[in-house]
Amino acid sequence: MALRKPELMLDFGPDEWDLLLRIARRNRLLGRLAVVMTEAGKASQLPTKVQDHFLAAQVFVTHYQRTARWEINRILAALGGIDVPLVLLKGSAYIFAGLPPSRGRLLSDVDVLVPRGVLDDVEQKLLAHGWESVKLEEYDQRYYRTWMHELPPLRHPERLIEVDLHHTISPLTSRLSPDPEKLISDSIPLADTRLRVLQPVDMVLHSAVHLFHDGEFINGLRDLVDLTDLLQHFGQQAHFWEELVSRARLQGLLRPLFYTLRYTSRYLAADIPDSAMVAAGDDAPSGPVLYLMDHLIGAVIVPEHPDYPRQSRAVAHWLLYVRSHWLRMPPGMLLQHLLRKRIMSWRQRKASARSLA
Amino acid sequence: MRLLAGLAHEECRQRLADRGILLQTGPFIVEVRSDLDGFTGLLQQFYGQFPMVEPPAIADFHVQLLSPPGIRRWWRPQVRFLLDGQSPFQPFQLSHAFPLFEWGLNWSIAMQAQQYLMLHSAAVERAGKVLLLPAWPGCGKSTLCAALVSRGWRLFSDEFGLVRADDGQLVPMPRPIPLKNKSIDVIRDFSPDMEFGPEFHGTRKGTVAHLRTPDASAAQLHIPAPPGWLVFPRYRAGASLRLKPIDKPQAFLKLVNNSFNYQLLGLQGFQTVTRLVRNCECSILSYSDLDEAVDTLTQLADA
Repeated sequence: MALRKPELMLDFGPDEWDLLLRIARRNRLLGRLAVVMTEAGKASQLPTKVQDHFLAAQVFVTHYQRTARWEINRILAALGGIDVPLVLLKGSAYIFAGLPPSRGRLLSDVDVLVPRGVLDDVEQKLLAHGWESVKLEEYDQRYYRTWMHELPPLRHPERLIEVDLHHTISPLTSRLSPDPEKLISDSIPLADTRLRVLQPVDMVLHSAVHLFHDGEFINGLRDLVDLTDLLQHFGQQAHFWEELVSRARLQGLLRPLFYTLRYTSRYLAADIPDSAMVAAGDDAPSGPVLYLMDHLIGAVIVPEHPDYPRQSRAVAHWLLYVRSHWLRMPPGMLLQHLLRKRIMSWRQRKASARSLA
Repeated sequence: MRLLAGLAHEECRQRLADRGILLQTGPFIVEVRSDLDGFTGLLQQFYGQFPMVEPPAIADFHVQLLSPPGIRRWWRPQVRFLLDGQSPFQPFQLSHAFPLFEWGLNWSIAMQAQQYLMLHSAAVERAGKVLLLPAWPGCGKSTLCAALVSRGWRLFSDEFGLVRADDGQLVPMPRPIPLKNKSIDVIRDFSPDMEFGPEFHGTRKGTVAHLRTPDASAAQLHIPAPPGWLVFPRYRAGASLRLKPIDKPQAFLKLVNNSFNYQLLGLQGFQTVTRLVRNCECSILSYSDLDEAVDTLTQLADA
């Protein structure tokens, strides 16, 4: 609510600010809050302590955005010889394209989509220029390469930001299989033509798939805010909504779109035309599933008080995590995978306990 | 504003266990909560002379020291440090609750207070200006800091040089000074009337004991001051005293190699450090005798 109506915050008392700052920081929205108040011209009217916290948050935002820009600069330098369309995804895309979700945004990694055909070349070039693969366990490497939509993350030891090379936007074993070639061929070049971003409808759909099918609800609220921003921004363009729905149908992504429209309007008062809501409803889940999702999403999206964590939220997170894996791999595989990860993390804990002793 | 010492022990314990106590420590308001009986006494001993803030207030840090759930509550009992409801470290043994509080709070400040340039440095004030003693391996900054403070210098911090970007002033954050191993006895000898807390044995840094902040330093925690001297201390057993000036670019590099957030601050950090170094007399102090070192620095300030 504070994000929608910044003027309301001027009336906040110290205890409200105390809580808001904590919750915003926890949900990676403190930088955004700072920007919203500055844009509204209200920042200087806030209590000094609040301004201090905003300043501190902005230091992080500036740092991470600068780091991401530099990383992409280095990637372009390393890929000098290859003529490859580099499609920026998520945070990097918002920043380079100057889109609303970039305001006050913290990024911890750089996501790039390349055609499958050149993926190996690109990876080899980066490895040759000093990047290293982060996930070193053999199981993880195989998992990524065989089944996932992205390679194991790469990281350059001098810079420590992760680079995720995607070749499609949904894991290979998932029930969703949007066509990556269409995404790339319909992508839009930026001022630096070596870099591209997804076209608006694809950007929304990718963000929707990422939130509702990748299972990482840790930044759920922030991701939902991004989606709302994108919808409001692109929604002003002529024919956007019709194209969004038809593209979703074409790529088999109507279900994540349904969830997106439902929850952005429910929690962030996004302005969604009825026509779009109805059309997306063509792939609405069954009654019981929807009921469950409503509760799970509600539990993880609505921020909790930092001192009084809700058990229900932890449970919801876990269920959504299992769900995301259920969606991305067949049941037999899922069980095996979860067991393997359990054993690996148990082994890691034993090893680190031993080394501390 | 009421000081923490003004609270009766039992009331303090109850408030810590219930809604917490808001302490002013320099520029930060820290909300402290704890369910540990033993912690109350130490908190009052070391923070008694600091003001309490009455709610409602915006706290900068929300810190809790709690017993862990389950068996570690009683069997080989432990204590957890939580910042904002989350535990960033492994639990410590229960008897080390106070050092954990101090380290945890330092960690929290370093993580979050990016509105300042944070140098890893002791800072003490005399004659209206601040002497910075940057940390580097083997420097003995905490010992030297404690010695100076015992001879009348005002304590800003033994760990953080908090520099404001807008005017370059240092901001005080006086807290208990932790001394390790041999330093404890050195300072006990040097200044017998300084108040030490209990010794904590077997911590990751060996034996640790804390010096209580002098009352005068605590009373002036809201008064900033501009930087005046940048002295890199170098303790060497048997070394003769030498205060050697160094050139500013060298001082700059030595300083930033040991700062908490210089890299994070980017250009602004560069500009703040440049201004600081320009405004300071920069030198290296080699010493083995604490008395001589304190005298030299005091003469430097009084000149």
